[in-house]
Amino acid sequence: MLEFILERGNYWAIIGLMMIGLYTLFAATNLIKRLVGLSIFQTSIILFYISLSRIDGGTAPILYGKDAKGHGGGHGEEAAAGHAAEATHGAADAAHGAASHGMAHIYSNPLPHVLMLTAIVVGVATLAVGLAIVVRIREAYGTIESDEIRQMDLDVALAEYAEDHSGEANPA
Amino acid sequence: MTGYEGADLAIALINVVLLGLLFVIGIAIARMRSLFAIVMLSGIYSLISATWFVAVDAVDVAFTEAAVGAGISTALLLGAMLLTSRTAKPEKKAMSLVPLLVVIATGAMLVYATIDLPAFGDPESPANTYVGTDYIERTPEDIGVPNLVTAVLASYRGFDTLGETGVVFAAALAVILLLGFGERSLASSVGSRRGREK
Amino acid sequence: MSQKTDHHVILRIVAKPLIPIIALFGFYVHFHGDYSPGGGFQAGCIIAVSVILYSLIFGIAPAMRAVPPAFTRSLAALGFLIFGGVGVWALLMGGNYLDYDALFNEPPGGHDGQHYGILMVELGVLFAVAGSMLSIFYAFAGRVTEIKDEDW
Repeated sequence: MLEFILERGNYWAIIGLMMIGLYTLFAATNLIKRLVGLSIFQTSIILFYISLSRIDGGTAPILYGKDAKGHGGGHGEEAAAGHAAEATHGAADAAHGAASHGMAHIYSNPLPHVLMLTAIVVGVATLAVGLAIVVRIREAYGTIESDEIRQMDLDVALAEYAEDHSGEANPA
Repeated sequence: MTGYEGADLAIALINVVLLGLLFVIGIAIARMRSLFAIVMLSGIYSLISATWFVAVDAVDVAFTEAAVGAGISTALLLGAMLLTSRTAKPEKKAMSLVPLLVVIATGAMLVYATIDLPAFGDPESPANTYVGTDYIERTPEDIGVPNLVTAVLASYRGFDTLGETGVVFAAALAVILLLGFGERSLASSVGSRRGREK
Repeated sequence: MSQKTDHHVILRIVAKPLIPIIALFGFYVHFHGDYSPGGGFQAGCIIAVSVILYSLIFGIAPAMRAVPPAFTRSLAALGFLIFGGVGVWALLMGGNYLDYDALFNEPPGGHDGQHYGILMVELGVLFAVAGSMLSIFYAFAGRVTEIKDEDW
């Protein structure tokens, strides 16, 4: 039971972070605070993906030692070295064979790293667009509180409606 | 799986400390009203999450998060804050109950879903076995570059990166369309300030 | 804001030697990206940050004189063009789009095409990201601020 919790506690902590971001996104009326909440939400998704890519006993996905020298040929040699390393490391590296065949070391999965790396950069770019829209809203309305903006829109719409209605009602 | 022992225990401790710090900062951001403090805390949040990425072996992601999340996005948030306002309005208590319920419901559903997820650090999880392992094995033969992340980013998934670069470029165009190039408004701001001083 | 105030003198002295080192580090991150963490995205952001630091300390107008906004937005477009151009180059050499093996028509097993292809593509990413981030920063910083320096 304790092992089960330890293995999944990471996910639960990340879900907690996501809940904080989502709450800020929902509850805050200030638009900049909302965007900060959105970026917390986004960071928690990135944390989740990266935690899925981790492998026990693995290292950063940069080839080193014997793996880095293996340009093309010598694949059998590498595999032999890998098996020798496996034998010396013993039971702790029981996962070795499944994780990376023919590699002298275990590396964590590079694919989620690549996807999240680009997601971070694109996240900042979209944050910049959001902030630019907030700046324009501030210039048009004089406030960045969403409830005040909604109230202003409602007032304007009501005034326009009343004007149109009075124009129609008078001749009749 | 033999649980956490030795080096794994240290990783687990670092995990707990860093995620706890992130949690505290997140709560502080949710409760604060000074926008300057919120922006600065979001920069600290990015920096601590970058440290966490190093602890789970994602060095390239950590580098990006430190350069982009803690550097540029803090500068942009500060710039936008200077153009808008310094404090947020306090939230109404009755209004914040509904979001809280929605968030707790979402979190409970996600926690229910994690029961089926593979364990943290499981080398035989579906995410770590098929295509990810292929990239690791083939890179020395196909690409000949030691950094696997660069190999996958630029070569195997070049189309993906081309699209991402396009998105960044399009975002810059969108900001320019919304706010102007900056040079003309700079000239007018200097002019108006001089006019005001007279 | 534009006139020099005396109480920022330490900041200016410390930042002046730091800024070229930051930019140099950006290029190191790019050209060493094959062997260590880093690449075009990170290098572009670091180079953009060095210019942003300059403009925060010395004012936005000197920064715009040193790195004009027209240059940054053409840099962004040029970077995207380099990335797409490498793909077209591979097409012209008879390969698929962005297939770096076809760049120099090497025999199988050679890695020169992959090495130079990755370097060029990352250079395109560097230009695009640095140019885009600086254009975005100039767009925000070039506006009239609501909060004056005296309010802090």
